[in-house]
Amino acid sequence: MAQPAGLLYSKEHEWVKLDGDVATVGITDYAQAALGDIVYVELPRVGATLEQFGGIGVVESVKAVSDIFTPVGGEVTAVNDAIEADPALVNRDPFGGGWLFKVQLADVSQTDALMSPEAYDQLVSQA
Amino acid sequence: MYTPHTAGDIAAMLRVIGVDALDDLVRVPDAVALRAPVEVTPQLSEIEIAQRFAQFAARTSAGEYTSFLGAGAYRHYIPPVVAAIAMRGEFLTSYTPYQAEVSQGYLQAIYEWQTYIALLTGLDVANASVYDGATALAEGVIMAVNATGRKAVLVSSAVHPNYRAVLRTYAEGLDLVVDELPYGPDGRTAGATLEAALADQRYAAVVVQSPNVFGAIDALPPAAVERIRATKTVVIGVVAEALSLAVLAAPATWGVEICVGEAQSFGNAIAYGGPHVGFIAATTAHLRRIPGRLVGRSVDTAGKTAYVLTLQAREQHIRREKATSNICTNQAHCALCATVYLAAMGQAGLRNCAALNVARTNELKRKVTALDGFSLRFEAPTFNEAAIRVPGRAAGVLAALERKKIHGGLDLGRFYPELDDCILMTATELTSSADVDRLVAALSEIPVRAAARV
Amino acid sequence: MPLPAFDTPLIFETGQDGRANRYLPDAPALDTLLPRETLRDELPLPDNSELDVVRHFTRLSQKTFGIDTAFYPLGSCTMKYNPRINDAMANIPALRDLHPFAPDAAAQGALALMWELERSLASLFGMAAFSLNPAAGAHAELTALLIAKAYFKARGETGRNVVVVPDTAHGTNPASAAMVGFKVVSLKSDAAGRVDPDDLRAVVGPDTAVCMMTNPNTLGLFEPRIHEVSDVVHEAGGLMYYDGANANALMGNTRPGDMGFDLMHLNLHKTFTIPHGGGGAGAGPVGVAAHLVRYLPVPVVRAYDAAGKDVEAAGWRDSAELTFALDFACPDAIGTMRSFWSNFAHMVRALAYTYANGAAGLTRVSQLAVLNANYIRASIRDIIDIPYDEINRHEFVASAQTLKRETGVRALDLGKALLDRGYHAPTVYFPLIVPECLMIEPTETESKETLDGFIAVFREIVATAKSDPDKVLETPVNTAVGRIDETRAARQPDLRWRPA
Repeated sequence: MAQPAGLLYSKEHEWVKLDGDVATVGITDYAQAALGDIVYVELPRVGATLEQFGGIGVVESVKAVSDIFTPVGGEVTAVNDAIEADPALVNRDPFGGGWLFKVQLADVSQTDALMSPEAYDQLVSQA
Repeated sequence: MYTPHTAGDIAAMLRVIGVDALDDLVRVPDAVALRAPVEVTPQLSEIEIAQRFAQFAARTSAGEYTSFLGAGAYRHYIPPVVAAIAMRGEFLTSYTPYQAEVSQGYLQAIYEWQTYIALLTGLDVANASVYDGATALAEGVIMAVNATGRKAVLVSSAVHPNYRAVLRTYAEGLDLVVDELPYGPDGRTAGATLEAALADQRYAAVVVQSPNVFGAIDALPPAAVERIRATKTVVIGVVAEALSLAVLAAPATWGVEICVGEAQSFGNAIAYGGPHVGFIAATTAHLRRIPGRLVGRSVDTAGKTAYVLTLQAREQHIRREKATSNICTNQAHCALCATVYLAAMGQAGLRNCAALNVARTNELKRKVTALDGFSLRFEAPTFNEAAIRVPGRAAGVLAALERKKIHGGLDLGRFYPELDDCILMTATELTSSADVDRLVAALSEIPVRAAARV
Repeated sequence: MPLPAFDTPLIFETGQDGRANRYLPDAPALDTLLPRETLRDELPLPDNSELDVVRHFTRLSQKTFGIDTAFYPLGSCTMKYNPRINDAMANIPALRDLHPFAPDAAAQGALALMWELERSLASLFGMAAFSLNPAAGAHAELTALLIAKAYFKARGETGRNVVVVPDTAHGTNPASAAMVGFKVVSLKSDAAGRVDPDDLRAVVGPDTAVCMMTNPNTLGLFEPRIHEVSDVVHEAGGLMYYDGANANALMGNTRPGDMGFDLMHLNLHKTFTIPHGGGGAGAGPVGVAAHLVRYLPVPVVRAYDAAGKDVEAAGWRDSAELTFALDFACPDAIGTMRSFWSNFAHMVRALAYTYANGAAGLTRVSQLAVLNANYIRASIRDIIDIPYDEINRHEFVASAQTLKRETGVRALDLGKALLDRGYHAPTVYFPLIVPECLMIEPTETESKETLDGFIAVFREIVATAKSDPDKVLETPVNTAVGRIDETRAARQPDLRWRPA
C-alpha cells in the first residue's frame, strides 16, 4: 500500500503536511484501519503549546483507546471541528477531511525526525 | 451451604479430572498453609439463622422511637409494588449487562432511570448511578478538575458534612485543595464572600447544596452564578434529598452544570446507611467526563431498537489509569428501585408527596417554635427539615427526648460547634400530626434551664 | 430458554395525565407552602396506573438474564446462587429502617452484626481488622491505596509512588492507582502464567508503594511462590495488596494474611452471595494487617465487655454479652469513603451466609468451586485450546485462537452462540495476555447436571463452528434483539428520552 507523497510520517502512525511553518496533522490510513470504527477523537485546545512526540489526545473506537502523539511541536492554531460531529470522517478520509489539528511549528527542523512516505511504507509493511 | 454435590457426583467428577481427592485440587505450598483454624460464625440451619437475626433485630430498638432524623437519609413511604418488581430474580440476580442481547430489560430500565434523573435535574444527561451522594460529589469535582485543569475547589460549608468529609478523603489522593465558603445568617451560602474567593480564578468548581444541610433552599442567585461563570468555574449543585427535585426549581434552571446527589428517597430503604444510590447529571459539554456506566439506545443488526452500555472507552476496564474514574460496580439495583418508584408515583404523586413533606415540616416548625425557648435558627425557606434552636445544648435536649422514646433529630453541634444549641429536625409524609404533637409535648416537659444561652 | 422478544415502549411513552396512583393523602397547594420563586413550573414525568407499571417492568424482567434464569460461566465474577434467606434477613424492619444517625444505644443489634462479620472476615483471611466502609471492589482498592499513602506519609517515605501490578490484573487496579497519584508499573507473567519473584526484584525499589495481586491469579492459577513475592516487596519497603476478586478459590484453605499480604479487599457480591443486582450495589470490605489498622476509614465499630473494656478478638465471638459503639475519633484514619457507614443491608446478607456455612462450610465452598471449574476444563480440553492446561482453581482460561484460525469463529461468537442456547457467555477477552480468551468460572452452587448440560452445549457449538461456522457467526437469533450496533451507540450517543 503506497503512502501519499508530499507528507511526512511518524512511527506512531501520524502524518504531517507542511505549509510554510504551519503543519497539518492526522493519523494514517494504516492507523485508522487498525483502530476500527472511530467513535470519538479528543483533540488539543487551540492555543495549547505542544511538545514534539508528546501525548496530546486520544482516539476512541468502541472498545479501545489509543493515544495521539503529536509528530511536531508548537502552538495549536486550529482543530478539525468536523470530526467532533462525524468521527467516522477519520475512517473515511484519514489523509483529507479527517485531519486532526494544525500546529504553528516552534522549529521547522524538528521535521527532520520524521519519515518519508517510503520509509513509513516500509515500517507498516513489516508490521 | 448451597452446594448440590453428592458423594457420587464428587467421585465421578474427580475421575474425569484425573485426581484422587478434593484435597489434590486445593493443595498449597507449606509456606502458606493455614496456620490456625479459622474462627468464624458457627454453622446454623436456616431456621436458626432467622432466630439469630431476630436477636439482632431485638437489640436494634430505633424502630420503637418516633423519629425526626433526616440529614441525608430519609424515611419515606415505599409502595409495595417497588419490592414486588425489584425482587424479581431476573433483576436481582443479573450481572452487569455487558451481554446486551440478554439484558435488554435491565438496560431499558437504566435508560429510563437516566431519563428520570435528567428530567428531574433539568440537565442533558445522567449516568447509570454511583455509590451514593457523597461519592457523587467527589466524582463531580473530579469532572470539574478535568474540565478546567485547576486543582482547587470551593465548597459551601452548608453542604452535608459527610459529603465534605468524603471529598476531603478523595482530595488527599488527588492532591486537591478544598476551601470552604461560609454559610450566611439566613442559613444560605454566603454569596457576599464569593467575589473575593473567585478573584484569582484558582477554583475548578463552586459547590453548593440545595436544600442544604440546614434544610434551607439554597439555589444560588443569578448574579452569583454569573460571577462564577465569568471565571470559567463550574457550578456543581448537590441534592441530598432527591424528592425536593419534584417541586423545587430544577438545578439546571438556576445555573448548575454538574448536578450530583442521592436518590435513596426514591424507593430505597434507609438500611443504616446503605446501599443508597448516587447520581451524576451534567450538561452535554461534560458528557465525556462523566464517570461510570452509561446506557445508550441504538439498533440491532435487523434495525430493531436496542439498548447497550456505551461510551465504555471512558471507563476503567478500557482506559485503565487514564479512566474518568475507577468506578466499576455501581448501584444498579437501587437505581432500578428508584425507577419503579418514580413510575408508580408519577408526576402527580411525586409532587403531592413533596408538598406533603413541606407541609409537615412547616407544621413541625410552627408548633415547636411556639414553645418558649425554641426558635428557627435560620430564616431561609426549607424543604423537609429545619435547624431548630433549643434552650440549652442540643445534646441535652436530645437525650431527654430519647428517654421519652423520641429521636428528635441531628445535633448540629456534632458538625458545627457554633450550632451546638441547634437540632436539625426532619418531617416527611410519614410524620403525622400526632408525631409532631408528641414531640411538642415532650419538649414542653423538658425543664428549661434559666440561663440556657447568653 | 430464549428470552421473549416483544417490544416494550419506554415508560415515558405511556400513561395519561390524571392517571395517578393514590398512595398518599392530598397535600395543600404548593404555593401556600413555599415562596413562588423557589418552585419549578412543571415536572414532565408520566402518570401510569400501577397495573401498567407492573406489566412494564415485568416485561422488562422477562428480557433480562439472571442467575435465577440459568447458568453463568462468567469468569472473575463468581455468579453463585443468592440465597433468599439473606434477603429476608436484610428486610427485617428493625434493620431495614434503621437510621444511620440513630444513637448507638438504639442500634446495638446492627453494630453487633457488623462486628461479628468483621471479626469473621479477619479470621477467615488472616487480617488484623476489616472495615466495612467501602461500597464496592474498586472503591475498596481506592481505600486501601489511600491507607498505603497515609502509611508512607507517616513514615516520611513520600517518594513511594509506584504501584506494581501483574499484566493479568483487573482494569480497576491502574485506575485506582491513578486516583491516589500513584504510577503503575506492569509486571509480565512468566511462561507458566505466574509472577516470578526474580522478575519482580528487578522492578521494585525505593519508589515501590504497593504490589497489587490476586491469588489465584486471573488465569485461575495459584501463585506457588507467593510468599517469596511478598518477601521481595517487603524487603524493598513496599506493601502487598490482595485483590479479593478470586477469594472464592481459597476460603478456609489458605489465607492472604499468611501469604504475606498487608492489605486486601473482598467483593461481598462475589464470594459472599450478595446479589449482583445488574451491576450493583456491591460491597468491598477492606482488611489490613496490624501495622495499618489505625489508618482504616471511620467509623470503626468498637466492642466493649460488661466491664466496659475494649474487646480484642482475633476471630468471631458471640456478640450477645457485648456492647458496641461507632468511633469517629480516629486521628490517623484516612477519613471516610461514603455518605454513611457501610452498605449495611449487604452486611446482613453476608453475615447470614457466613452463619449458613460456618468455617467447615466455607472451606467446602471453595473446594467445590475448584472442583466444578476443573471438571469443565477436563471435559472440554480435547476440543478447545487450554493455554495453561493444569489443575486450576475456581476458574480457568480457554482460547479460541486455533478455532478462529481454522473457522473464523472467535471467542465473542462462542459467547453469543451460548446466549442463543440459554446460557450466559463466559468472560471474553480478559485477561488481556491470552488471545481470544474465554474465562470460565462455574462456582460451587451449580450441580453436576447443570455443568454436564453446559459442557454438551459448548461441545455442540464448537462442532458447529467447525462444520458450519456461519451458523455460529450469525448468533444470537433467539434473544430479544440480535447483535447491537455499538458503533452507532457511541458515535451518536442517545442516552435519554426527550419529550417530543
